[in-house]
Amino acid sequence: MTREQSVVPRAEFRSYYGRPVVKPPVWRHDIAAYLFTGGLAAGSALVAAGADLTGRPALRTTGRVTALAATLASTYFLVNDLGRPARSHHMLRVAKPTSPMSVGTWILATFGPAAGVAAVAEAAPWLPPRGMLGFATRALPPAGRAAGLTAAAVAPALATYTAVLLADTSTPSWHAARRRLPFVFAGSALASGGAAGLIGADPVQAAPARAMAVAGAALEIAAAHGVETRMGLLSEPYRQGRAGRLLRAARLLTVTGAVAAIAARRSRAASALAGLALLGGSLATRFGVFEAGKQSAEDPKYTVVPQRERLSRS
Amino acid sequence: MTTTGYDPAPAAGYPDAPPRMGFFTDTSVCIGCKACEVACKEWNAVPDDGFDLLGMSYDNTGGLSANTWRHVAFVEQAAPSAASLDVLREAAEGATQFLGMPSSTLPGETGREDRDLRWLMMSDVCKHCTHAGCLDVCPTGALFRTEFGTVVVQEDICNGCGYCIPACPYGVIDQRRDDGRAWKCTLCYDRIGDGLTPACAQACPTESIQYGELDELRARAASRLATLHERGVTEARLYGHDQNDGVGGDGAFFLLLDEPEVYGLPPDPVVPTRELPSMWKHAGVAAVTMAAAAVAAFLGWRR
Repeated sequence: MTREQSVVPRAEFRSYYGRPVVKPPVWRHDIAAYLFTGGLAAGSALVAAGADLTGRPALRTTGRVTALAATLASTYFLVNDLGRPARSHHMLRVAKPTSPMSVGTWILATFGPAAGVAAVAEAAPWLPPRGMLGFATRALPPAGRAAGLTAAAVAPALATYTAVLLADTSTPSWHAARRRLPFVFAGSALASGGAAGLIGADPVQAAPARAMAVAGAALEIAAAHGVETRMGLLSEPYRQGRAGRLLRAARLLTVTGAVAAIAARRSRAASALAGLALLGGSLATRFGVFEAGKQSAEDPKYTVVPQRERLSRS
Repeated sequence: MTTTGYDPAPAAGYPDAPPRMGFFTDTSVCIGCKACEVACKEWNAVPDDGFDLLGMSYDNTGGLSANTWRHVAFVEQAAPSAASLDVLREAAEGATQFLGMPSSTLPGETGREDRDLRWLMMSDVCKHCTHAGCLDVCPTGALFRTEFGTVVVQEDICNGCGYCIPACPYGVIDQRRDDGRAWKCTLCYDRIGDGLTPACAQACPTESIQYGELDELRARAASRLATLHERGVTEARLYGHDQNDGVGGDGAFFLLLDEPEVYGLPPDPVVPTRELPSMWKHAGVAAVTMAAAAVAAFLGWRR
């Protein structure tokens, strides 16, 4: 037993032949990947809008193109994970505030087209100024700005609703993290969006993206530390097994990326490497949180012991 | 007949809802015959779940799943008191002969009886919660509340998103792997609408599974519990009957002879959506933090 595990006292509990009480999520890694791409789309949309309003065209282009690509990837992951992908449009039958997935469907349905228009508007310089496409050439930049600002307005919701999606389950270590996960995901989204800016734009234009990435990395590390240590028995799955390895890797990558982003602020190549490390950290955080939930559902201890403690308190 | 507490069917929009229907499963008279499992599969055309030998007890089903809507749990344990065995000997008080508990002697043989262990058998099923997590989180509306207060999946709507599965505090609903959709007990919605009894309750030979109006079942359960306590079976307890519990009470509740977790049930289930308003608030604060960080990053580096 390692030192950090011994903090939690050994839990005595009864169960039905050690079988799980709750069902582990049936979601595949598509959903963990979506947590990352959704956050990246949100972070990039914020970078793009900020760059647009402050006159940083290279950073704007990077943000818009990344946001669209990440949104397309998100849509693929979400549809691919369905048991019946051909019925993905059934999500649009209802708008249900009690279902974070329904709320997320409508957030993504607002964000996606806006991010798409903003990215398409980047094509304006390549279109002819006159003729059939002349109108499009003139209309695209203002449409792109409006769409980009719309996407940025929805982005914080896109980045944080996924935390509620996970927490609103009976999966013990997700539900227990309900107050902290939104901050982990907000930080992770800021870090990955800023990282995309570091990779795609020159260091001068990318200065605000660098600040965003470092602030996001700090928030991600701090909130994740709370998840890993402040929830008693239910923090344990975040430190053990595959989840523990992923989250340790995430911390290493995120800290390295943030330090490198500050240290290498004059070098394009070093900034891009820092950006890659931050993206890797964000990705590992999402997969680690995803795995920790699964691990907590697979062992009846994490369902029975906290519920017994709750009963003995009341 | 008075309906006490929160009634889910009228709350879901049925103006003239019939009485809430449910199951009372009295495990003290369950004999573990699994007729309920078989009848459920037959009536609902539920596929087989593999012929596995789990090697843990006479239970080779394991638990509720997409392809098991009634599951008979089978627990072998040291008997906590002599009175608990008398519960199982109730049959001997009538005309039938008690064939004995597992022991080293032959059935019917008198004298030395190894009665230091007991069998607990319990037919588990979807609880049809008053506040149902699966129903709350379903993003397609495939899960719905029936006029009888039960919770049913519409198989032509479900797109297999899988959200209901981790949402359930009891681990009931599950995805059918080769089909992709979520499946669970319907409380035989296609039978009870015609005044028929659900297949499992119809097939139960000991009336361990009782179907009826929930208010009547609750009264029946309270009286059965009092009888057992009178006879010294102090470990008898009701589970899922309390309308003030974390799911607002179950439409299918139980009489158990040990702690719920021994049967694979959560001791204090809470519907996850009870915390949803607080979760949205925290997400809102995080979202505002995120927006503020972005604004600050760009204002700080304005040229």
